[in-house]
Amino acid sequence: MTTVFGVPIQALFSQLLVGLINGSFYALLSLGLAIIFGLLNIVNFAHGALYMLGALTAWLLLEHFGIGYWPALILSPLVVGLFGAVIERTMLKRIRGLDPIYGLLLTFGLALVIQGVARNYFGVSGEPYEMPPQLSGGKNLGFMFLPNYRGWVVLVSVVICGLTWFVIERTRVGSYLRASTENPLLVQAFGINVPRLITLTYGLGVALAALAGVMAAPIYRVSPLMGADLIIVVFAVVVIGGMGSIFGSILTGFALGVIEGLTKVYYPEASNTVVFVIMALVLLVKPAGLFGRTA
Amino acid sequence: MRIASRLLALACLLPFTALAQGKALKIGVLNDQSGLYTDLGGPGSVTAAKMAAEEFGNKVAGMPIEIVTADHQNKADIASSITTKWIDVDGVDVVVDVPNSGAALAVAKVVADKNKVFIDSGAATVNLTGKNCTPNTVHWTYDTWALANGTGKEVVKAGGDTWFFLTADYEFGKQLEKDTRTVVEANGGKVLGSVLHPLNASDFSSFLLQAQSSKAKIIGLANAGGDTINSIKAASEFGIVQGGQKLAGLLVFISDVHALGLKTANGLQLTSSFYWDRDDKTRAWSKKFAARHNNKMPTMVQAGVYAGVLHYLKAVQALKSKDDGKAVVEKMKALPTDDPLFGKGTIRADGRKIHPMYLYEVKKPADSKGPWDYYKLVREIPADQAFRPLSQSDCPLITAKK
Repeated sequence: MTTVFGVPIQALFSQLLVGLINGSFYALLSLGLAIIFGLLNIVNFAHGALYMLGALTAWLLLEHFGIGYWPALILSPLVVGLFGAVIERTMLKRIRGLDPIYGLLLTFGLALVIQGVARNYFGVSGEPYEMPPQLSGGKNLGFMFLPNYRGWVVLVSVVICGLTWFVIERTRVGSYLRASTENPLLVQAFGINVPRLITLTYGLGVALAALAGVMAAPIYRVSPLMGADLIIVVFAVVVIGGMGSIFGSILTGFALGVIEGLTKVYYPEASNTVVFVIMALVLLVKPAGLFGRTA
Repeated sequence: MRIASRLLALACLLPFTALAQGKALKIGVLNDQSGLYTDLGGPGSVTAAKMAAEEFGNKVAGMPIEIVTADHQNKADIASSITTKWIDVDGVDVVVDVPNSGAALAVAKVVADKNKVFIDSGAATVNLTGKNCTPNTVHWTYDTWALANGTGKEVVKAGGDTWFFLTADYEFGKQLEKDTRTVVEANGGKVLGSVLHPLNASDFSSFLLQAQSSKAKIIGLANAGGDTINSIKAASEFGIVQGGQKLAGLLVFISDVHALGLKTANGLQLTSSFYWDRDDKTRAWSKKFAARHNNKMPTMVQAGVYAGVLHYLKAVQALKSKDDGKAVVEKMKALPTDDPLFGKGTIRADGRKIHPMYLYEVKKPADSKGPWDYYKLVREIPADQAFRPLSQSDCPLITAKK
């Protein structure tokens, strides 16, 4: 059998694919973060908690209302997105224009509160969430067994990331958004309701996190700490990609998933730290991140 | 002058603190109250300790019983500084639970230095009654040797003779792997390989694919809590079990099975010293416990806290004194143990509590009659075979006598 550095090529392929799957989650989450930072200048530390809230909402819908996975895929981001809009209206709005550190502290506090409340009611071990029957099972690709659900995760992630990028960079609504971050006063003068636009944007970023949460629920457990475990890595992804660069964070998300996957083959002990090593290296060479525009 | 008056004031206070320390008997429940091991011990262990104190009417040998609690956050340094403060300042007499092997070893040392009592339920490492044993430690519920001896031996006997380990990359995981490896090889099995994963890893699919390509019949999970849950979930998703390989969870708590759901966990074999549905006595106690703990049934760790505290209080009652920790532990070893959860048993000279262990298999969803009806008994491992024999002990208390 052909080997690459002592690892059979088949095993290598399967690890690459697994890396791509993890990368899908990184991409979805860092996309939301990048939008919120790029357009609103808020370092949204509550992102992990909101991702958890997305999964938890899906679980609650199933447990208490018998609403399954497919409707939850729409409903949960909607509910959590709305919750995000409320947060923006009642709290974040008041600290607009202040140093980003205030937003960071506020959202970090929010994350702790949300996680604490969830932990109080649900414990830390988490609750199981069944995979939808249409997506259980898997295909034998020859070099590995690919669970259908994981394939679905990659597909959804690519489509959603592509769509979001397109809306923000290539459509009229997107241009309003970008313009209102450049010069809110001028855009307001053209008759566009900037505060509402900002609320909607924050809601959208949060909804993306919730969507990732619902996608993650059948793979991992629905547990109050699921977001806390992930958020630091995702922040590293955003920093590597360049704070606020939407395209950069999508690409870096997928790429880092793959790199992490390879680390798990060659030196598994380092798999939790490799992302941060890369972050340090990138910051040394390009302080603005790989795709960042300003330093 | 000012210094002198302050010293005088301090001197006046001293007898009062000494008096306060002499009054109540204080039990300190020290464990993970917020992290990945919360559900297997956590607030449930505090409830269990309270239930034991209530059996005595919250009073023993004329002293009221007080229970204090703290979160060691799975950090050995925090665990040992809390223990120091508890004993020196707050007058705590006995420290109980303390999951996480690293934290437990640290606490054992502090408690021995200050001659109090340490009853461990949550930690796994066999070293607590092995090379790190002290005359002040009692290790109640289980240890890595017992787990390896239960699950490892049984699985090899059933034909699972080639193994691959998924091991948590810290003291506990490595010790568990080492103990299991010894058992597997002693019974004619072979270990094909292992992979160390970081503690609290989020994704296990990549490690499982490595286990899959090793073609080992058995994938041994030398990890705990959330890590075990995620490994089992990913294994079911990647068709590991359908592919003919089997999982052996070396340390599985009922809270893990609850989080996994029977559909994912069924067929898993595990070793435990306690299951709530074992007999009438365990059922009666567990239902009382669940009513006070969000309707969650007790884990073996929580059961061990109850039984350990109960036996400690019996020893204090017999001695009519709590102050000399070594003497209390000696009394605990001299008295036979008897409680509704672990039955009759003994505490060995090295501090090891001896009782039977049980090999369970997780039920299929169709066989389960309701919530928390999860295990069926495969085999009872008699008390005299369940733990590492004294002849193999490296505990200084034992080897010194030889």
